[in-house]
Amino acid sequence: MSEIRNYTLNFGPQHPAAHGVLRLVLEMDGEIIERADPHIGLLHRATEKLAESKHYIQSLPYMDRLDYVSMMCNEHAYVMTIEKMLGLQVPVRAQYIRVMFDEITRVLNHLMWLGAHALDVGAMTVFLYAFREREDLMDCYEAVSGARLHAAYYRPGGVYRDLPAQMPKFKGASKWHDESEIAALNENRQGSLLDFIEDFTNRFPGYIDEYETLLTDNRIWKQRLVNIGIMSPERALQMGLTGPMLRGSGIAWDLRKKQPYAVYDQLDFDIPIGTNGDSYDRYLVRIEELRQSNRLIRQCVDWLRQNPGPVIAADHKVTPPPRTEMKEGMESLIHHFKLASEGFSLPAGEAYAAVEHPKGEFGIYMVSDGANKPYRMKIRAPGFAHLASLNEMVRGHMLADVVAVIGTQDIVFGEIDR
Amino acid sequence: MFEIVENFLLGLGLWPWLATLVVTLLQIMLVMVPLLLSVAYLTYAERKVIGFMQIRIGPNRVGFFGKPLWGLGQPIADAVKLMFKEIIIPGGADKFLFLIAPVLSMAPALAAWAVVPFGSEMVLADIDASLLYVLAITSIGVYGVIIAGWASNSKYAFLGAMRSAAQIVSYEIAMGFALVGVLMAAGSINIGDIVRGQGGAYGLLNWYFIPLFPLFIIYFISGVAETNRAPFDVAEGESEIVAGFHVEYSGMTFAVFFLAEYANMILISMLAALMFLGGWLSPLPASWIPELALFDLALGDGIHWLLAKTALFLFFFLWFRATFPRYRYDQIMRLGWKVFIPITIVWLLVVGLFIMGGLAPWFDAA
Repeated sequence: MSEIRNYTLNFGPQHPAAHGVLRLVLEMDGEIIERADPHIGLLHRATEKLAESKHYIQSLPYMDRLDYVSMMCNEHAYVMTIEKMLGLQVPVRAQYIRVMFDEITRVLNHLMWLGAHALDVGAMTVFLYAFREREDLMDCYEAVSGARLHAAYYRPGGVYRDLPAQMPKFKGASKWHDESEIAALNENRQGSLLDFIEDFTNRFPGYIDEYETLLTDNRIWKQRLVNIGIMSPERALQMGLTGPMLRGSGIAWDLRKKQPYAVYDQLDFDIPIGTNGDSYDRYLVRIEELRQSNRLIRQCVDWLRQNPGPVIAADHKVTPPPRTEMKEGMESLIHHFKLASEGFSLPAGEAYAAVEHPKGEFGIYMVSDGANKPYRMKIRAPGFAHLASLNEMVRGHMLADVVAVIGTQDIVFGEIDR
Repeated sequence: MFEIVENFLLGLGLWPWLATLVVTLLQIMLVMVPLLLSVAYLTYAERKVIGFMQIRIGPNRVGFFGKPLWGLGQPIADAVKLMFKEIIIPGGADKFLFLIAPVLSMAPALAAWAVVPFGSEMVLADIDASLLYVLAITSIGVYGVIIAGWASNSKYAFLGAMRSAAQIVSYEIAMGFALVGVLMAAGSINIGDIVRGQGGAYGLLNWYFIPLFPLFIIYFISGVAETNRAPFDVAEGESEIVAGFHVEYSGMTFAVFFLAEYANMILISMLAALMFLGGWLSPLPASWIPELALFDLALGDGIHWLLAKTALFLFFFLWFRATFPRYRYDQIMRLGWKVFIPITIVWLLVVGLFIMGGLAPWFDAA
């Protein structure tokens, strides 16, 4: 009789559930996974190295391209590090705008995760429902920055510009949509961006209920997630898991509460945690985070309505002066020229700032030698640590569970490979 | 009608065997052409129905005569595209088995239709043991899947084939037991007799789905599992093993698997309608139907009822696909062996008691 060997299966990078370019080498005993070996680097773009040869402001758009489903949160960590090194005060209104868009980004990310996770487990309808809501939020991104995905909206010292007073509308009838359909689409776009977001926050809890109707108590969904990929709290801490991956294991660790940044300490929200540390708990945690984010967005909208003010610091060594001033004042013109040509410099030293990114702790560690470029920039991406725990989470499970665990880890290769 | 054709051919001086052959071929065409057309338009219906469930439109561009016509031309365009695509045979594949597999999967899916009655006299081959024939023929379909997975020389296809084999074999048993209940109730294994056994004074209350309700549900769920449809589509499990057993197939070879799957869906739906929902019988009691020619035609027994019932089941197939996540392979096996088979066995005893007690209105005649 011949020797029994394990079956090695190459999973990805061209695989529908690979979430981009994940390549797993699976060692299997029948359908049971003995070992899962993630191979990374297929999306490596050398962001950290590129940053060393660019002005601080020029690296900002690269941040959007790290975790490309939670763009503004990446930007937030980056600008926070710079502000920390400069000791720059950010206007309160800008901080509220940032928190509002951080939470919009969290909703965007969690919707993407929910859709992809459900699709991995075989429920494809949730994916399209989630994308319906993402479309509205993308429109908010576009209204404020001009881009749907890679916004580049935050700036050291604030945000690029104030919220638009007019929400852009759909234009003109086409072969596929007549005037009445366009009018229906524009119905909640009559007012400002804030009106549109407020309308969204009113609708969104109902949408979450829709997703939950399809999934939460669905027997098949529970059979596929309960007790799959269990992470004990101790092990989760050892592996460096953060965000919903850690909270799903029952540890109430959230940077928004534990080391509040921006204006999170003035807002009212709760941190959901799980009990078993399995995929189902992480699912419930993220669903609750959607509801909490909705609450936060709503609070920011209310505050922003009542408190107009500057949205970017007036320190023109770092932020560009208003264009009208540039036309009249020599000083402003020089500031603009210096910023546009050599950028600004950070004092020599190092700093680390982290935000509670939708996936976990996203931090930027910056070392400056006093020049107008970083000496070294290190990105702490949450997904990297999560992917490292994949082997432990799937061992002993079946092939179908690997897909469920990849889904529950909310992996995005932009940040893992950087 | 066919006697007229046959007599006409005989009158032309054809040999009797040739005349019979021509008439039989005509009959086969009469079943196959609408069947293949409905397969094509079932894919269209699937895309439209699931599209509307998922707040999108589905195909709406390809029409006829330069008009979109809600995308009605899409199945034709797809068929033409698939016919002209290259059939790629992987380097390590066994060429003969690789090409025979789609045929093995398609042939039984079509052959089973030989004994399916569309009306009390509308049946291609009215054989006594037609139910047995259907069960036997549909079981062969799994060979196509296994051979496809094996011959592809791909690990994904192999896993898909293994899953499919285990799944179809287990659900065949649950399905068989569910049908045993039907033939106990009808006292016959001829599908036509089974339908006729469901006739009676009370319309749809006479149908077998009421006394055999658990078997009805199990038969249909097993049918979904047999055809490898969501939520039991582990054999092709898109997100797990990419496309499972047909991962290496392209062009027309792939299309044939696809056709077989949809032809099987229609077959399972029609059998469910015949066994449990009274086939071509009208749901209204005969006494309710006014004796006007038009009413009689629309509301009385007829093939349109059978088609409507089949369409209902097909809609369920699509609805399931839009709603449910996919089972894991071992969970499917557990459901089949530990839930369905025990329930069917218990219910067979219950049906036996019904029959002995002569429960009206289903079992009092016998």
